[in-house]
Amino acid sequence: MTALAIRNGHLIDPAAGVDTAKDILLKDGRVAEIAGPGKLKHAEGAEVIDAAGLTVAPGLIDIHVHLREPGQGYKETIATGTAAAAAGGFTAVAAMPNTTPVNDSPEITRWMQSPERGAQVRVFPIGAATRGSKGETLNDFAALKAAGAVAVSDDGQPILKDGVMRESLAAAARVGLAVIQHAEDTRMAQGASMNLGPASFRLGLRGMPPEAESSLVERDIRLVSELRDAHPHLHVAHASTAAAVAAVRQARRNGLRVTCEVAPHHFLLTEEHVGLYNTHAKMNPPLRSAADRDAMIEGILDGVVDAIATDHAPHAPHEKEVEFEHAPNGITGLETALGLCLRWLHKEWRLPLGRVLSLLSAQPAALLNLKGRGTLAVGSYADVVIFDPKAEWVYRVAETKSKARNTLFDGWTMQGKVRWTICEGRVAYTNPA
Amino acid sequence: MNPQPRRRTFNTPAPPASPFPYHPGSLLSILDLSVDGVSRLLARATELEKQDPLKRNRILAKRRIALLFYESSTRTRTSFELAAKALGADTTLVSNLSSSIEKGESLKDTGLTLRALGAEAIILRHNSSGAPWLLEQSARLPVLNAGDGMHEHPTQALLDLRTILAHLRPGVRALGADTLAGVTVTIVGDILHSRVARSNMLMLPRLGARVVLCGPKELLPETATQSATGTLPRRQGPAAGGVEIERDFEEAMRESQAIMMLRIQAERLAGLQLDLEEYKAGYQLTGQRLAAHAPKAIVMHPGPIIRGMEITAGVADGVQSTILEQVTNGVAIRMAVVERALTAGVPSDRSPSPGWKEGGRA
Ligand SMILES: [Zn+2]
Repeated sequence: MTALAIRNGHLIDPAAGVDTAKDILLKDGRVAEIAGPGKLKHAEGAEVIDAAGLTVAPGLIDIHVHLREPGQGYKETIATGTAAAAAGGFTAVAAMPNTTPVNDSPEITRWMQSPERGAQVRVFPIGAATRGSKGETLNDFAALKAAGAVAVSDDGQPILKDGVMRESLAAAARVGLAVIQHAEDTRMAQGASMNLGPASFRLGLRGMPPEAESSLVERDIRLVSELRDAHPHLHVAHASTAAAVAAVRQARRNGLRVTCEVAPHHFLLTEEHVGLYNTHAKMNPPLRSAADRDAMIEGILDGVVDAIATDHAPHAPHEKEVEFEHAPNGITGLETALGLCLRWLHKEWRLPLGRVLSLLSAQPAALLNLKGRGTLAVGSYADVVIFDPKAEWVYRVAETKSKARNTLFDGWTMQGKVRWTICEGRVAYTNPA
Repeated sequence: MNPQPRRRTFNTPAPPASPFPYHPGSLLSILDLSVDGVSRLLARATELEKQDPLKRNRILAKRRIALLFYESSTRTRTSFELAAKALGADTTLVSNLSSSIEKGESLKDTGLTLRALGAEAIILRHNSSGAPWLLEQSARLPVLNAGDGMHEHPTQALLDLRTILAHLRPGVRALGADTLAGVTVTIVGDILHSRVARSNMLMLPRLGARVVLCGPKELLPETATQSATGTLPRRQGPAAGGVEIERDFEEAMRESQAIMMLRIQAERLAGLQLDLEEYKAGYQLTGQRLAAHAPKAIVMHPGPIIRGMEITAGVADGVQSTILEQVTNGVAIRMAVVERALTAGVPSDRSPSPGWKEGGRA
């Protein structure tokens, strides 16, 4: 494998506490050397990337994506989804198991990681917590982990039964995995297609109360607390309500291993973006009230939120061109996450660049225990994103690498243009100025 | 306990101003009409009603209108059909029993097919809220909303207004922001599932009326009044609202000049358990109640009526009832609305190319 020398860039590696001008040498898929500008000692013969004026950072890691394979290749494939990931600066994604069939076996877990899938960046499967994600019978977590699963979840299908959730937390703790819960008490959200509130009344749509999320988060935290001697790790997927984030904050104060992620659409948009039945604004959890949206931003700024994850949920165009209540949930997110985080979290709300990058790489890597990722310390995987932090650009969905077009961010101004995405030493995406 | 964290508010991007431009002949929401627009439609309804039928049926002679009904409806469908035929138009009915819909054809494809068959406007009744917006966007024809899910029923609001004006403001010509000042209209019953209630509570306050919503919590959530003052993009909703909740029916009656009774929509209750005897005790409009608390008010009902449930037979047939008058007003209003659909021009910003979605009206 050829060596790559990234010269003249500004290295930000939050996990290593680096924020300075550095050259970096990638060799054999790993970070081989870091030195001051022009000081690399072993870069002879290496291909050179001139990163003058650019930020060099650990490749981004999205711990919540839907790549739709196996079984739903008409929406997205592992190849197209990861191409979108690379374009967005991501070098690793964790793929949810709600595929067809559900990824509840080591065979499917391995199938997803096979080179034949044509992945452009590293894919880490998340195994289903229960058989068929039906919330009844636990899967063999040790076998899933051995096959490469980095967590267990029934995403999309919350684990409602107390006993099954308790078992999941305990079993996952024994093999050192997190249980990722899609927190939604579906018994409180029958037929709902948006947030419950004035907007749902006005539009004549059935609403999902915020308590459907927060009550399940609170239930799960109670279970973690009961099992605290076993040290279970609960990760709350796509937190969207003030009450859920508050519950996570309190659990952490009580010393419990409870983490959470927030999606860009939940810290930027509200239920008002449903407009007049725009199905691209239909997702689960739904876009919430302005107060909930503010609480997501607050949670990110004050550190209770551990990761930004996109919940990239591609759908075929015809699936979204239907009556609002019949449209599938979800919005794509891989290509817009960095641009939105820099434009809003960093530029608008003054979150330091290092913290933004940490939420997109170091913290998610730590959360899922992805060894050697989320940092560019010597010896780590050569997963790098190189971007122009000053560049403003407009996102055009027509140019997406994803198969899907279901975004609300078409035409939005983004900050920070990805120039190179390098995954394990290989250039996965490039768009030099 | 830890103190509540300091609450901050943040500026985030507002929703886009206009999802897409409508055809100016479309009527999807009652808010698509300005007060002047409502005024013109009501005046036109009266003109058309008075016109010689043999002259009138040349107005839209041989123009093609499709009635696309995903929900069975006798009253609204017949009313639209008679209105269109009175203007000379040809109508064709596609219902949920039609084979393409039964076979699962999408609303978009059905709309495109009707357009290809030569339909010049589509009158849509659909069980999903918002369906008319989807149809408008895909068929690019004038669409008239004949009731969408639990959302709106704009022609019902117009015919209700015509009824209210005839009784409470006889002789009034042009409408304005204070035409109904001093009038309280109480809407009673299953507000949550009612598109009639939504269209009325969005329109009546714009004419100065006070709308009182009345019903039990299960059928009338507190959010109902907040939604009336909501700020959805591009809808010119009532600034001040003028919508209130009063749970005590008799109290509401005492303040009302018009009482609009609604049916409990059993088909939309979705598992909600309701004690019907308790409901009747609290909200049934009986002769005694009416005589005691609102002896002068008009009693309205959009139908279908469940006699003995929300209203007694005696009240439905009584002198204060305007129920049949509402039905008659429906045909007149729909003549004006159908005529508008086929005579309003295509806006300049709406070229019939596939890219017409871009841009916006606002
Ligand atoms: Zn989920």
